[in-house]
Amino acid sequence: MKLTTKLLAASAIVSATTVGATELEVTHWWTSGGEAAAVAELAKAFDASGDKWIDGAIAGSGGTARPIMISRITGGDPMGATQFNHGQQALELVEAGLMLDLTDVAEANNWKDVIFPSSLLDACTIDGRIYCAPVNIHSPEWLWLSNKVYEDLGLPVPTNWNEFVASADAVRAAGKVPLALGNQPWQSNLAFGAMQVAVAGLDNWKAVNMDKNMDVAAGAEYAAVFKAAADARALAVGSNVQDWNQATNLVITDQAAGQIMGDWAQGEFQVAGEVAGTDYTCLPGLGLNAYLSTGGDAFYFPKLDDADKEAAQKRLAALLVAPETQVAFNLKKGSLPIRGDVDLSAANDCMKKGLELLAAGNVMPSGDMLWTPDTQKQVEDLMVEFWMTDLAPEVAHERWVDIISNN
Amino acid sequence: MSTKPMGARMLRNLNAKIAALPMIATAIVVFLGGTIWSVVYSFTGSKLLPKFKFVGLQQYERLWGNSRWVISIENLFWYGFFALVFTISIGFLLAVLLDQKIRFESAFRTILLYPFALSFIVTGLVWQWLLNPELGIQGIVRGMGWESFTFDPLYTPELVLVGLLMAGLWQSTGFVMCIMLAGLRGIDEDIWKASRVDGIAKWKTYLFVVIPMMRPVFITTLVIVASGIIKLYDLVVAMTSGGPGNASQVPAMYVYDYMFQAQNLGQGLAASTMMLLSVLIVLIPWAYLEFGGKKHG
Repeated sequence: MKLTTKLLAASAIVSATTVGATELEVTHWWTSGGEAAAVAELAKAFDASGDKWIDGAIAGSGGTARPIMISRITGGDPMGATQFNHGQQALELVEAGLMLDLTDVAEANNWKDVIFPSSLLDACTIDGRIYCAPVNIHSPEWLWLSNKVYEDLGLPVPTNWNEFVASADAVRAAGKVPLALGNQPWQSNLAFGAMQVAVAGLDNWKAVNMDKNMDVAAGAEYAAVFKAAADARALAVGSNVQDWNQATNLVITDQAAGQIMGDWAQGEFQVAGEVAGTDYTCLPGLGLNAYLSTGGDAFYFPKLDDADKEAAQKRLAALLVAPETQVAFNLKKGSLPIRGDVDLSAANDCMKKGLELLAAGNVMPSGDMLWTPDTQKQVEDLMVEFWMTDLAPEVAHERWVDIISNN
Repeated sequence: MSTKPMGARMLRNLNAKIAALPMIATAIVVFLGGTIWSVVYSFTGSKLLPKFKFVGLQQYERLWGNSRWVISIENLFWYGFFALVFTISIGFLLAVLLDQKIRFESAFRTILLYPFALSFIVTGLVWQWLLNPELGIQGIVRGMGWESFTFDPLYTPELVLVGLLMAGLWQSTGFVMCIMLAGLRGIDEDIWKASRVDGIAKWKTYLFVVIPMMRPVFITTLVIVASGIIKLYDLVVAMTSGGPGNASQVPAMYVYDYMFQAQNLGQGLAASTMMLLSVLIVLIPWAYLEFGGKKHG
């Protein structure tokens, strides 16, 4: 008897919720101030369209969140939609047939023509079918500088990496840290990635990362990259912080001169009330080779055995790419929109620099698209060791070539 | 040696045997089954999802060629060595001190055991704050006027294990103390009387009479502490997440990272199989000492 009443009560609750809007649980790892504000825009838009966004934020960066998401999907407890970085992170889930095919949504909304650069959609396409909805573009190749540190020293603000390195001694002499770098592994990796294209140049970068040309990877150009990274790690000594935003904070509070970090860092400058150009300077491509890798975030939709939910998933996918959502979301997030036909006149200086590069076609695919998570993790392990110890650049170079040629 | 027929022996204590069945089933299916599954798949090239594609010893070759894994093993060895020596010696010392028929013994016992009630995550966070150069001990001492005082083990690769050890010892010595105290209380009062009659110094009695008598207690403690050390994970995650650099990496973190972040199940399982092997190296001699060999009473 008791059990029956319980079941009745439970089914009553279930039916009560399905009468109204269709609920979709959306998991993501956007938890810092600017990120949370941006995701609230998505939720608002989805709720306004008549469905219900159930927020499933997972704190602690993608490295923490992705394992949770993946084990929920493979463990038979899929959410309605989930964030991944587009690329190979969800490849096996798609291949195992766990993800919803969005090709009809893409065709109905003409994604092929509106999504720019097209590599974003290619990263969502597996065997000709589309499995994810890209929402933004993030590029890690930026150098952020504190103008005040240089003004106090009576020096001009560097305009590229080489000038930055040349000015580092003066910064150090003033008791400040030249380069802020958090201790989290991915940050060392990001710094190296940014230096790769800045120092070796686009052609060499493409040869290694796209054509997997190991002769170039082992060659002199890349030896120079490792040499430059070895210089950079000397500049980073003394920045005892863990998280990236703590490192950014060192630049904001003028305790450090600069930081290599992705464009999401400008959200922190914005929150702190700093103005691009006067309080801080941003140099895409470290001021040397202004190319941006067009990685970013995309939403994937796990397959659910529920026609109502599936329809809602497709509605959400269409909504995420829609122009209004794109503008509202990306202005808050500080990231670039995934379509070239929206108006972002409200964007700040740094965002505009990014938009110009994007429009000029100075883009390249991101590491998430080119390398498997396994290879990336191994490179990350190597980079952590390299940046935090005094491992010789030659040795690190050799081991790096070893890792990527075993891919 | 039982001479009863097989059937009668099976039926003895039938209720108890039936009651134990669910636990036996769980042990076989979950523990043994899961272990065998893990070991088998460590020989495959599984990526995110398990695939039955054998690659022989390839995962193990890669594992032992990986500098992060080798660093992890070295870290675990040094951490384990010092953690074992210090928890057991400090735990025993504290137990001896408490055993001197002092006042408020139960109050001291509670205080010393209290850290054990905290999880490693909480312990790790507390000590991370204490050892943070700006917020913790260094900051306070500098605030009192010693400007050049430096104490930031968690940010110094050479000292990071010391920082971990401090937190680990703080958490677990109280527990070891309790086991030791129970062992000391189990020593017959007559032994003490006899040693007093013979005029043997107290420390000598402890060292040459009591400790040898407490051998089973020491071995049990050793096994509990050692197996806890091998699976060391949460303390490191809370305190340093493996940093600075790879200076405080431990094997369990390697397993997790490669299984989930790198989406390489085969590699993660190979690493966890190596961990299982090291647990067995600790457990088998103990099981042999405890249950095998000569029969007790």
